[in-house]
Amino acid sequence: MTSLTALTIADARDQLAAGKVSAVELADAHLAAMEKAADLNAFITTTPDVARDRAKASDTRRKKGDVGALDGIPLGIKDLFCTEGVLTTAASHILDGFKPPYESTVTAKLRDAGAVMLGKLNLDEFAMGSATITSYYGPTKNPWKAKGSSVDLVPGGSSGGSAAAVAASLCMGATGTDTGGSIRQPAAFTGIVGVKPTYGRCSRWGIVAFASSLDQAGPMTRTVRDSAIMLQVMCGHDPKDSTSSAHVVPDFEAVLKQGVKGLKIGIPKEYRPDGLNAEVSALWDRGMGWLKEAGAVAVDISLPHTKYALPTYYIVAPAEASSNLARYDGVRFGLREPGKSLDEMYAKTRAAGFGAEVKRRILIGTYVLSAGYYDAYYLKAQKVRALIARDFDQAFEKVDAILTPTAPSAPFGIGERMDDPVAMYLNDVFTVPASLAGIPGASVPAGLTATGLPLGLQVLTKRWDEETLFRVSQVIEDAAAFPRLGAS
Amino acid sequence: MSYLIKGDTGNWEVVIGLEVHAQVVSQAKLFSGASVAFGAAPNTQVSCVDAGMPGMLPVINGFCVAQAVKTGLGLKARINRHSVFARKNYFYADLPQGYQISQYDQPIVGEGTIVLDMPDGSTRTIGIERLHLEQDAGKSIHDMHPQKTFIDLNRSGVALMEIVSKPDLRSPEEAGQYLRKLRSILRYLGTCDGNMEEGSMRCDANVSVRPAGSNELRTRCEIKNVNSVRFVMQAIEHEARRHVDVYESGGTIVQETRLYDSNRDETRSMRSKEMAHDYRYFPDPDLPPLIFDQAFIDKIKASLPELPDDKKERFIRDYALSTYDADVLVAEQENALYFETVAKGRDAKLAANWVISNLFGMLNKQGVAIADSPVKAKDLGALIDLIADNTLSGRMAKEVFEVMVETGKAPAMIVEERGLKQVTDTGAIDAAIDQIIAANPDKVAEYRSGKDKLMGWFVGQLMKATQGKANPGLCGELLKKKLAP
Amino acid sequence: MSLDKATVRRIATLARIDVQEAELEPLAGELSAILGWIEQLQEVDTSAVAPMTGGTDAALPWRSDVVDDGGQPEKVVANAPDPQDGFFTVPKVVE
Ligand SMILES: [Mg+2]
Ligand SMILES: [Zn+2]
Repeated sequence: MTSLTALTIADARDQLAAGKVSAVELADAHLAAMEKAADLNAFITTTPDVARDRAKASDTRRKKGDVGALDGIPLGIKDLFCTEGVLTTAASHILDGFKPPYESTVTAKLRDAGAVMLGKLNLDEFAMGSATITSYYGPTKNPWKAKGSSVDLVPGGSSGGSAAAVAASLCMGATGTDTGGSIRQPAAFTGIVGVKPTYGRCSRWGIVAFASSLDQAGPMTRTVRDSAIMLQVMCGHDPKDSTSSAHVVPDFEAVLKQGVKGLKIGIPKEYRPDGLNAEVSALWDRGMGWLKEAGAVAVDISLPHTKYALPTYYIVAPAEASSNLARYDGVRFGLREPGKSLDEMYAKTRAAGFGAEVKRRILIGTYVLSAGYYDAYYLKAQKVRALIARDFDQAFEKVDAILTPTAPSAPFGIGERMDDPVAMYLNDVFTVPASLAGIPGASVPAGLTATGLPLGLQVLTKRWDEETLFRVSQVIEDAAAFPRLGAS
Repeated sequence: MSYLIKGDTGNWEVVIGLEVHAQVVSQAKLFSGASVAFGAAPNTQVSCVDAGMPGMLPVINGFCVAQAVKTGLGLKARINRHSVFARKNYFYADLPQGYQISQYDQPIVGEGTIVLDMPDGSTRTIGIERLHLEQDAGKSIHDMHPQKTFIDLNRSGVALMEIVSKPDLRSPEEAGQYLRKLRSILRYLGTCDGNMEEGSMRCDANVSVRPAGSNELRTRCEIKNVNSVRFVMQAIEHEARRHVDVYESGGTIVQETRLYDSNRDETRSMRSKEMAHDYRYFPDPDLPPLIFDQAFIDKIKASLPELPDDKKERFIRDYALSTYDADVLVAEQENALYFETVAKGRDAKLAANWVISNLFGMLNKQGVAIADSPVKAKDLGALIDLIADNTLSGRMAKEVFEVMVETGKAPAMIVEERGLKQVTDTGAIDAAIDQIIAANPDKVAEYRSGKDKLMGWFVGQLMKATQGKANPGLCGELLKKKLAP
Repeated sequence: MSLDKATVRRIATLARIDVQEAELEPLAGELSAILGWIEQLQEVDTSAVAPMTGGTDAALPWRSDVVDDGGQPEKVVANAPDPQDGFFTVPKVVE
C-alpha cells in the first residue's frame, strides 16, 4: 500500500468508503508528516486536537452511514480564513492572538462535509505578495529544489503555505485565496493544481479581506479531480456575502472526462512578450499540442489591454486594501501599542503591526484615493479594468477557453527580487488579468525546467464556465504526466 | 418678514442649510441582523459585522431601503432606482470598520421640497438636495474613566437617512419651522420617530452670512451636535452674529466644524475634527449597486398616508377651518385623527376650538401625550353634542370638561350626577324675568329709554336667579321681548 | 509621478501609520517608483468607458428586517486588548 499521505482525495475517498483506512489513520499520518516537515514552515498553527476530534467524529459518522462529500479528508486551511476559536493571523503581527468567534462560510462548508482541519497555513501577510516571504511568521520553503542545488526556493504566493503543504503531501488539499494570482502562481511554483473560480462562486464571508472586488477562495490539490471535488463543496450561494452568486453550481467531477474535442482554445499573443523565458514558452506550445491531439482547435487571439493589467491591479487592490485594513486599529482585537492619544495609539499600533509590503500598499492605496488623485488613478484604473474585462468578453465570443503560462518563470530563491517591488509584482503578469475580469482560472502542473523545477499552464474560461475549465485542465494533466513530488 | 442682522456697516442676511440625520424606524440594523432598540447594555446589540471584525460583510436591510424610498416620496423627491453605497474613510474610536458605509455621488433620493407654514400664514418652499442611507457610528463615552474613553457599539450600523436641504433657509425661525415640518412628515410616514433627545433625529446646520441684497455665498461653518429645535435656532442666531462681527472687524471666516454649547450659548471650533479631512470616498466593493424597479416605488407610493400638507388643505376645505387651526391640528397625525373623531357629524369649527384651546391646553399643562389623554375623543364629541342640543351652556360645558379631565367619566354621566342640566323651559325663565322686572323698575326705565348696555346686567341677574343653568341664548331672546317698550 | 517627503508624511497620517523621519525619504523613493510604473495607464484612451466598480455586475441582494444577531457581548469584546465593564476602551479622546 502506498503511503497514506500520498493518496489523492479521490483515492482516499474510495478507501475510506471501502473501510480500508480510517479518518483517524489519515489524520495521524498527515500530522506526523507535518511534524517531520516543520522545516518548510508551511503552517502557522497546527491543530492536531481539532484534527483528531474531527477524524474520530468522521469515523463515527461513517459507521452510521452518514457521510459528507469530504468526510475524513485531511485538509489545510490558509490562515486567511477565520476559524472559530482557532488563532487566525493573516500572517500579520497585527492580528496577534485573534481567535474569531465565527467560522468562514467556506471552511464551515468543508467542515460540514466532514473534512478534517490539520492547521492554518502560512501566506504572505494579508495575502499581499507572490512568494510567501512577507509573513510575520517567516517565509515558507518550496519543497522542490533545483537539481543538484540546496538553495531554498519560494513556493510562490500568497497561498505559499497551502501550495508547499499540498506539494509535500502534508495535507491532501488546502484552501487558497486568489486576488491577483495567489492560488494559481504558487500552484505552478510547487507543481500542484490550483483553481480560482469565477468571482462570486465562493463566499468571501469570514475570509480576511485584501481586495474585496478581486478576492476569491479556491482549492489547491495534487490533481484536477481533487480540485473539482473540493470546489464542489467550497462554492455556492451565501446570503451573508452580497457579492456571492446565486448561479447554479454544476457537478464539476461529472464533466472531467468529457475531453476537449471540438473546443476552440485561444492563444493570446500578448502573453508572449519579447524575452519570455524560453522554457516557459516551449511548455506553452507543448500544452497547446496536447490539446490539439485531444481534438481541440488552436485560435490566435488578442487581449490588447493585457499590458495594463498589472498597473491597474496595483491601483485597485491597494485602494481597496487601504480601506479594508483600516479596521486593524488596536481597539477591538489584535495588537495594541500604547499611545498617549487615540491617534498616537493608532499610528504606533499600525506601524508595529504591519510589515513593509502591507504598509507600502496601504500608503499607495491611500494616495490613489485621496483628494485630487482619485480620477487620475482610481477612476482611471476602474475604466481600464472595464476594458480588460471587455477583452475577455470579446475573446470568449470566439473561443471556449484560453491557454497561457501561469507564471513567467520557475520558482526563484528566497531572498531574490526582494528589493524591487515592481520586479516582484511581475510574477503575476499572467494571472492578474483574469482576476480583474472576474473569470475563472486554473493552473495545472505541466512540466519541469531543465533544472527540474515545476512549471504550470493556466487555463481560463468565461464567467461561470468552470466545467470547461476542468475539462481542459484534465486533458492537460493526463497528457503532461507530471512527476509529482515523492510519487516516484 | 425678512430676518436681517443689523451691523455697523449695514444689514446682513443669513443663509442656512440643514443636514438632518434621521434614524430609520426598523427592527434590525442597516447591514446586520442586530437590534436597534434604544438603551440596552453595552455591546449587547452588536453583530460581528457591526464590530468590524475581520472578514465580516454587509448585507442590506430591504426594509430600510423601502423606508428611505417612502421618505423620498413624502418629500416629493426624485427616487433614484440605481444608487451606490460608498465608503467614507476616516479613523475614529467608535467607527469600527475605519469607514462609514454611506452614499456619495449617487444617493437613493434626489431633489425634493418641503413647504413651511410660517406663523403669519405665509408659506415658504425649501429645496431638498438629497437623501441618502448610511450607517450610524458607535458611542464614545468620555466620562467613565480619567484616562480612557469607553466605546459602546450598540448604535454602530443603525440605519440613518441623511436629509440635506438646499441653502434656502433665511432665518433661525425658518430653520426651526423646517425641522418641525420635517419631523412631522417623518412621523406621518413612520420612517423616523423624530425623537431629538434620544438622538434619533440630529441636526447639523451650515451657516453663512452676506450683505442684505447680495447673492453671493460666503464661507460657511457647520455646527454639529445640536439636539433640540430651540438649540438649533439659538446656535444659528449666535453663529450668524459671530460671522457678522468677524466680517465687520475686517476678519475672514474659515470653513470649519463647530460645536454648539447650549450652556454657554456659543459655538466653538472642534479641533479634533480639523485634522486632515480627506474621506477618500469610493464605491464599496462589498456592495453592488442598489437597484429596484418602478413597481417597488409604486407599491410604496400606494401605501403612503395622507401627509400634513394634504390633510391641512382638506381640513380647510371640508371643515372650513382657518389656516392657523388647520396647521395646528395637522402637525401631529394623532392630533389630526383626534380632531376628526370629534368633528365627525358635528360643528367642525366648534370641535376645532375645543380640541385646540381646551384639550391641547390641558394636555400641555399636564405634560401628557394625546394618546394618554384622560379625555377620549368620543367623550369630547359627546360633550359638544350636549352643547349643541342646549343641555349645556358653554360655561357649563367647561365645568363638565374639568370633571372629565379629573375623572375620565363620560359627560352625560357627569351632567346626570351633578344635576347640571341647562334650563330651557321658557315658562320658568319668563317667571324669573317677571320677578326681575318687578324688582327693578328704575333699570327697566333706563333700558327702555335707550340704554342698551343694560342688557348685560339683566342677563347676569337672570343667570343668578337660575343658578347659571338658563340657556344664555334663550335668556337674551326672552329678555329682549319682555323689556321691549 | 514622484512623491516628496511631505506627501508621504501626509498620506501616512491619513492612514494612521507612524513613519519615522528617516524612513520618509526611502519610502518616498519606493512609492514613487511604483507610481511611476503605474503612470503608463494614462496612455489608455478611456474616454468612452464606464468604470468597472466591483467584481460582479449582479444587483444588491436584500435581507429582511429581522433581528437574528447580537446578544453576545462577551464574544464581541473577547478579543479586545483592554475591555472594561463590557466596553472597548481607547486612550481618552478630548473633543
Ligand atoms: Mg454630512
Ligand atoms: Zn451623515
